[in-house]
Amino acid sequence: MVSRPHGGKLTNRVLRGKRRERLLEEAEELPRLNLSFDYAVDVENIARGVFSPLEGFMIQEEYLSVLYSMRLPDDTPWTIPVTLDVDPEEISGIKPGDDIALFYNDEPIALLNVEEIYGWEKKEFAEKVYKTLDINHPGVHKTLNRKELLLGGKIDLLKGVPSNFDKYTLWPIETRLLFREKGWRSVVGFQTRNAPHMGHEYVQKAALTFVDGLFVNPLVGWKKPGDYRDEVILAAYEVLIEHYYPKNVVVLAVLRTSMRYAGPREAVFHAIMRKNFGCTHFIVGRDHAGVGNYYGPYEAWDIFKEFPDLGVTPLFVREAFYCKKCGGMVNEKICPHSDMYKVKISGTKIREALRSGARPPEYMMRPEVADVIMSFENPFVGD
Amino acid sequence: MEREVGGGKYTTVSIPTTLYRRIKKIIQGTGFTSVSSFVTYILREVVASYEDRIDEEPFTEEDKQAILEKLRKLGYL
Repeated sequence: MVSRPHGGKLTNRVLRGKRRERLLEEAEELPRLNLSFDYAVDVENIARGVFSPLEGFMIQEEYLSVLYSMRLPDDTPWTIPVTLDVDPEEISGIKPGDDIALFYNDEPIALLNVEEIYGWEKKEFAEKVYKTLDINHPGVHKTLNRKELLLGGKIDLLKGVPSNFDKYTLWPIETRLLFREKGWRSVVGFQTRNAPHMGHEYVQKAALTFVDGLFVNPLVGWKKPGDYRDEVILAAYEVLIEHYYPKNVVVLAVLRTSMRYAGPREAVFHAIMRKNFGCTHFIVGRDHAGVGNYYGPYEAWDIFKEFPDLGVTPLFVREAFYCKKCGGMVNEKICPHSDMYKVKISGTKIREALRSGARPPEYMMRPEVADVIMSFENPFVGD
Repeated sequence: MEREVGGGKYTTVSIPTTLYRRIKKIIQGTGFTSVSSFVTYILREVVASYEDRIDEEPFTEEDKQAILEKLRKLGYL
């Protein structure tokens, strides 16, 4: 049986049929709030159950509960506040109880029933969520530049946000049914922002040994210069799955939400989202969702001890490396050999090799994967 | 009776003092800082396992057929 949706019920706030048509027309007459891409995709994530049990942007009680106790007011684990910030002038005349239309790219995508408008302390948010006030932390920087007020209330989706990856876009209701149709009773989720190298494959296969299926769920969207382009990541996974995984044990689908770089808190958030997709297990990397040296190497593992009721089992798989003496991919727990035999799988070195048009060594990356990456004219963001 | 501590709301549950003493003993040297935090942890685990047994279908039969059709078209089935 796939996992139970987080909080017990899969959120579905997608308007359909005549009601949708009517509200789509009404949206043009309502006060309008323009959203950036990051907020627009999160509106769709809320409506389609990725963030279940949330049904909208958090009201103050939820926000403070999550900030201070990492739980929703009903005790459901939740670690990252999902909020909508606005400038006072953007919502001039709006009061609780009003409906407003949320627009993206000049199109109405959702309605928001305003339940609360409240102030927030950005530094308090940053300290709690990111555990630092250092402006160099990308999450802190983003937080301090957010707007002054928060709007809380339930949303109703009128229209999805267009995607370049329709073929790879599955929503929780769909993956849950898919896993059931495949007869998978246990599914492990894998979060990634990279093209797969041997370390990733090792970790995935180690987990797959104990469960029925693997859900590879790359995060697509904004990336920093030098990262792999989204289409490259997907093509690389396609070829890896085709050549190196048994048939019918892997599902590849994308997830559109921004990286928060909130380390331990975000690791739990990532697990919750995959639970909603139907995963029973979730691979948590060392320094998962971390950036720089803001979090201890095992903080993203330790935080899970606080959530015996999370409902998705974290798998703490150690970083893989190649051992010349073992003759294969191993990790520190299973390899007794000294450092002189260990070769770290370096993402930077792999990218350097690919940029120069050379295949990285086979113990680092499968040749088919390297070839498909190099078949793109510009495989990296900003090239 | 409910009370607020550090932004969270709490209430009191009675347990036998003998059990309290046993728990106090076994949490020494573990990460649990109090009998309350241990009891909360255990209860959350137990409650979650009970809730897991309640399984609601998140889709109607009509939804199910439409989803299966999409999954077939995309090559997932």
